[in-house]
Amino acid sequence: MKEKTWKPWLLLSPSLAAVFLLLVVPVCFVIVYSFWLRAPSGQDIPAFQMGNYAKFFADFFYPSILLKTLRVALETVFFCLIMGYIPAYFFYKTESRFKPYLMVLVMLPFWISFIIRTLSWINILGDSGLINHLLMNMGIIKSPLAMLYNEGAVIMGLLQYLLPFMIMNIYVSLDGIDKSLVEAAKSLGCTEWQAFREVTLPLSLPGVSAGCLLVFVLTCGTYLPPMILGGPGNGMIANLIFKRVIGTLDWPFGSAISTILLLLLILIVYTYNRYLGINQIFKSMSNS
Amino acid sequence: MKKFISGWSLIKLYTLLIYVWMFTPIVAVVILAFNPQQFGTFPMEGFSFKWFVKLSRNATILDAFKNSLVLGGFTAVFSTAIGVPAAMAFIRYDFKGKDFLNTLLIAPIMIPEVVLGVALLLFIRWLQQPKSFALLLIGHVVLTLPYVLLIVQARLVGIKKEYEEAALSLGASPFQTFKEITFPLLAPAIFAGMLFSFTISFDDVTATLFWATAQNQTVPVKIFGMLRNSISPEINALGAVMIVLTVSIPLAAGYVTRRFARGSK
Repeated sequence: MKEKTWKPWLLLSPSLAAVFLLLVVPVCFVIVYSFWLRAPSGQDIPAFQMGNYAKFFADFFYPSILLKTLRVALETVFFCLIMGYIPAYFFYKTESRFKPYLMVLVMLPFWISFIIRTLSWINILGDSGLINHLLMNMGIIKSPLAMLYNEGAVIMGLLQYLLPFMIMNIYVSLDGIDKSLVEAAKSLGCTEWQAFREVTLPLSLPGVSAGCLLVFVLTCGTYLPPMILGGPGNGMIANLIFKRVIGTLDWPFGSAISTILLLLLILIVYTYNRYLGINQIFKSMSNS
Repeated sequence: MKKFISGWSLIKLYTLLIYVWMFTPIVAVVILAFNPQQFGTFPMEGFSFKWFVKLSRNATILDAFKNSLVLGGFTAVFSTAIGVPAAMAFIRYDFKGKDFLNTLLIAPIMIPEVVLGVALLLFIRWLQQPKSFALLLIGHVVLTLPYVLLIVQARLVGIKKEYEEAALSLGASPFQTFKEITFPLLAPAIFAGMLFSFTISFDDVTATLFWATAQNQTVPVKIFGMLRNSISPEINALGAVMIVLTVSIPLAAGYVTRRFARGSK
């Protein structure tokens, strides 16, 4: 039976049309708009000039927000990694019959509303939240510790959002390791720790790097946690874009910042894909 | 050997602590929803349903719930309607540029929602269309499509092509084959895709903040607005309702899917 060559294209056409019309074209609009001028009256004037980009890099204010975003993203990746690797390793090793349930439990927060999970930290870290309440009741502190509305709280919220992604990425990679390799290493005289260091850990690195990239990219575009858990000085690049576009209606400048963010992420993902390959990420996502 | 056992128990303890860390804030929301005090904080003083009662009389929240459900439902239908055929094309056929197109269709996952929000809004503005329910709907379809593709493709890989070919060779028409063979086998994948897109749409805040008007606010957008003041027991109560709702959907779905799988054997 000969395959009809037009058939897959027929099946694909609605999705391709949707993504092209509603994503590719609008993103091109953002890039075009980033070169436009904004008249003092608030009107957007078609032009081709670098003024919006010059404004962004004119002094240290805007680049510092970009740098802060990258720093928070790196910190989040770091903590996600140290919090995520051991649970992923636990799932890989455990022979408990509750394993499927434990794994569903890790993915459960994914189904819980993002905004609820974010604001739930107010109940824990706030002045009259759980931690301060317990510490004050035990007499360890006299007045509440200020744990909310700072960068630490933002990272806490981000970690809770992103940790399941990291754990799943690492687990999928660990699960793909041929267990006889570890056995072989041990029968050749390796200790448990040596076998882990020499065999398991290196073979799990694709999952680790995929998880890191995913967490990094998702953090760079994050809007809600800095808004809810951060203080006035903790805004990240997405908050800046929102403020410029919805707040001051400065479309050309907002478009320029969006373009800068997008280019930065494309550069990161492109470099990653060039050297490590991107497919790993999608593999573990479809598993979740 | 003894050293390994103690190492293993440390791993178990660490994993347990991660679970505790992950679920304490969520449990706290549910517990505090029953706190009768004016400020939704610890300590708990008493136990009452009054915030739930107050919530059920709040017309704007009920409106937001209705908006969220309608939007999520339509998003699920449209997203799977265009996503499932695309997933079939990727799994069942070989054609030029397949890998590139697959990456292109899944790439939106990596694009920050703020950028998507700005882009679509800018486009609509250029077309001189007002913000509307339609804008929210097409926006949510774009947001959820990559997830539908990933989920449905993963399920489709497990369905053998031979069944369809057998039906065709036994004289079934292409339509009969689809109705009798492909669709029943595909149903769990379609169901999973719909569930996923519904949840993502129901949950979305960032892009929705760009696209929503005062008339078609969703529940998360409404919560975001309420948070401007401060966290109140009413928000905790709303959070508790959302948690129970969104957690029971996938659990129920998992149950239904298992029943499906058993029934089709």
